[in-house]
Amino acid sequence: MTDSLQITGAGTSLHTTPAAQRRLRRRYAAERRFKALGLFAVLFGLAMLAFLLTTIVSQGYRAFIQTHVSLEVYLDPEVIDPRGTADPRDLARADYQSLAENALYGLFPAVEASAERRALRGMLSQGAGLELRRRIQNDPELVGTTLELQLLVSGSVDQLNKGVFDLESGRRLPVSDEQIGWFRELEAQDRISAPFNWGLFTRADSREPELAGLAGALQGSLYLMIVTFVLSFPLGIGAAIYLEEFAPKNRLTDLIEVNINNLAAVPSIVFGLLGLAVFIQVFGLPRSAPLVGGMVLALMTLPTIIIATRASLKAVPPSIREAALGIGASRIQTIFHHVLPLAMPGILTGAIIGLAQALGETAPLLMVGMNAFVTSVGDSMTSPATALPTQVYMWADSPQRGFVERTSAAIMVLLGFLIVMNALAVFLRRRFERRW
Amino acid sequence: MKNVMLATAAVAAMGLMAGDALAQARDQIRVVGSSTVFPFSSLAAEQFGRIGEFPAPVVESTGTGGGMRLFCGGVGVDYPDITGASRAMKASEWENCQANGVDDVTEIQLGFDGITLAVSLDGQPMDVTRAQLFQALAAEVEVDGEIVANPHERWSDIDADLPDVEITVLGPPPTSGTRDAWIELVMEEGCDTFPAIADLAESDEDRHAEVCQRMREDGHFVEAGENDNLIVQRLVSEPDNYGIFGYSFLAENADSIQPAAIDGVEPSEETIADFSYPVSRPIFVYAKNAHRSAIPGLEEFIAELTDDRAFGPDGYMTDIGLIAMPEERRAEVREAAESGATFSPSE
Repeated sequence: MTDSLQITGAGTSLHTTPAAQRRLRRRYAAERRFKALGLFAVLFGLAMLAFLLTTIVSQGYRAFIQTHVSLEVYLDPEVIDPRGTADPRDLARADYQSLAENALYGLFPAVEASAERRALRGMLSQGAGLELRRRIQNDPELVGTTLELQLLVSGSVDQLNKGVFDLESGRRLPVSDEQIGWFRELEAQDRISAPFNWGLFTRADSREPELAGLAGALQGSLYLMIVTFVLSFPLGIGAAIYLEEFAPKNRLTDLIEVNINNLAAVPSIVFGLLGLAVFIQVFGLPRSAPLVGGMVLALMTLPTIIIATRASLKAVPPSIREAALGIGASRIQTIFHHVLPLAMPGILTGAIIGLAQALGETAPLLMVGMNAFVTSVGDSMTSPATALPTQVYMWADSPQRGFVERTSAAIMVLLGFLIVMNALAVFLRRRFERRW
Repeated sequence: MKNVMLATAAVAAMGLMAGDALAQARDQIRVVGSSTVFPFSSLAAEQFGRIGEFPAPVVESTGTGGGMRLFCGGVGVDYPDITGASRAMKASEWENCQANGVDDVTEIQLGFDGITLAVSLDGQPMDVTRAQLFQALAAEVEVDGEIVANPHERWSDIDADLPDVEITVLGPPPTSGTRDAWIELVMEEGCDTFPAIADLAESDEDRHAEVCQRMREDGHFVEAGENDNLIVQRLVSEPDNYGIFGYSFLAENADSIQPAAIDGVEPSEETIADFSYPVSRPIFVYAKNAHRSAIPGLEEFIAELTDDRAFGPDGYMTDIGLIAMPEERRAEVREAAESGATFSPSE
């Protein structure tokens, strides 16, 4: 009893000696240091992300509103339909811009000199005439009436309204002093408004920033995703199932496995060059078409999907397979009835992450010409289109000031898409994942 | 099982779409070419599309050389109809065109573009000669009659009147047409003002070209990529840096950057148009005449490009920085464009 007490006493003293206490403190300190470093890494990452988002959002939010001026436009039959035939071809060709210009001249009767008038009409966007034409074509009865309309102003006046220019600096601005004066007068008459910019989502690309929208790029990206998914998903899963469940383990399959892993790390531009050489130059498919872009992106996404699928298949416990085989299921029944459904959440997650990566890819699309300037929304998979990332690339390189905010806005839309896709991947994993 | 069927359906659908694409004739015009011409050609394409008679041409910015390769690839719907160039077509490119059956091409000059050297409004304005620019930017320069590696660190090392700041010039990479024009119009003009280098022209032509054309690579000349907007942004944040880019970017950013005068002349619409500003270059598009009858609207688009409301002094291209040609020259170009005059390189 005394012995055991002594032993206990010795045991306690072993952990309470000053040396032991020091060791303990050192171990705790090491743990605290490691936690602090980890926390620092996370905070640093978050700070970088916050900085990136702040810069983009602080510039991009402006593109979501667009300055309009309210004008009473007389839809002069003399200009629109001089022959009085209401022929749709005449209606399409009329000089609608001059109608909007006349309405603006009417507000500033003192402006008569031709150079001044040129500056005055320069405040209106070409979009004003397009809007008038759209209204008349929808309802030819309007000819001869006077309409109060919200019309687009030019890109530089829009920038002026959004406070982009530093008026105090006394420097030369893209808007003249006269134009600033007229703008202030219009503002005083309460004619200037800045509603939400639906045009950003409904219009295709334009050289004039106030008319440029993302509709073409959104559609292009959607088509790209469809082609990429339809090609890479079944092919990727098929390849993965064969390699994982059927293929013999030998040198050849090892080589294939190494190559697939390598392909996942090949720079995307290489796939673009391949697409250019094979799909366009050999097969003669059209340039700038989402079909070709999607095929290139599918090649790029395939390795990601194969790797994710194989990992998911591996994660299904052997007991499931053995049970199915044990009651007499064939191998293909085992796989398609039991293993694949259980692996599906992981496969879908992998596929969506692969697609999200493809959505943000620019370089291969540049090689197959998907940075073309297209002013209309395409009507098929083979008509020329851009995609969101290539639209960002093109707008970033445009001289007009209005494109600065639009570039950031396009980045915000692209990020929005990526967030939705990644959220979907997380949702699918949470919803269907089985833990063993 | 479902997956197998899905895969089969997908492959079949792809096959159908691809087949469709091959059979499809092209109903819109395709334009490729220089990134300098791109803003002008794409604006014209948009205006043309707005008339509503023909679909808007599809314009792709591929660089001058890349555009020539595509354009000269052959005749047929798979090849572009028009290419933009920030310099005239080279003899080698023309031969390539001939070899591929593209033997009837019309050259259409749209106007001029100035290349500017600019600095932030917070930086120091400068008035330099082309000889001084050569001394600042060439890899090798002449010092006391000897050709040596460029020793100049600050602008004031070249001439005491120039600003006392370190030489840092941001410019385009060698693939750019702007770089070619800068070398031709500034560096090659500047280098021959030095006797020892000018003498080389007779004794050793290759060496002469090397000395005149090589930009320095010791960090004072920075290749800043094809994106001129990025150069403008860097100039604004670094007031001691100077940048080289097209005139349209200067015109659009006149509230944050200022041009340097070259040989005493500041770039402006007037000085570029009357050639008193020395660094200006013609910009062209080339049209394939064999396509005129085959591609709907091509004839009309060429007419649009050479209409005064496009490339005239008050035209929409001029509004975004193109420098218009004098009236008679415009009439000549229009005439040649309409009749489809066959181009052959002058050299």
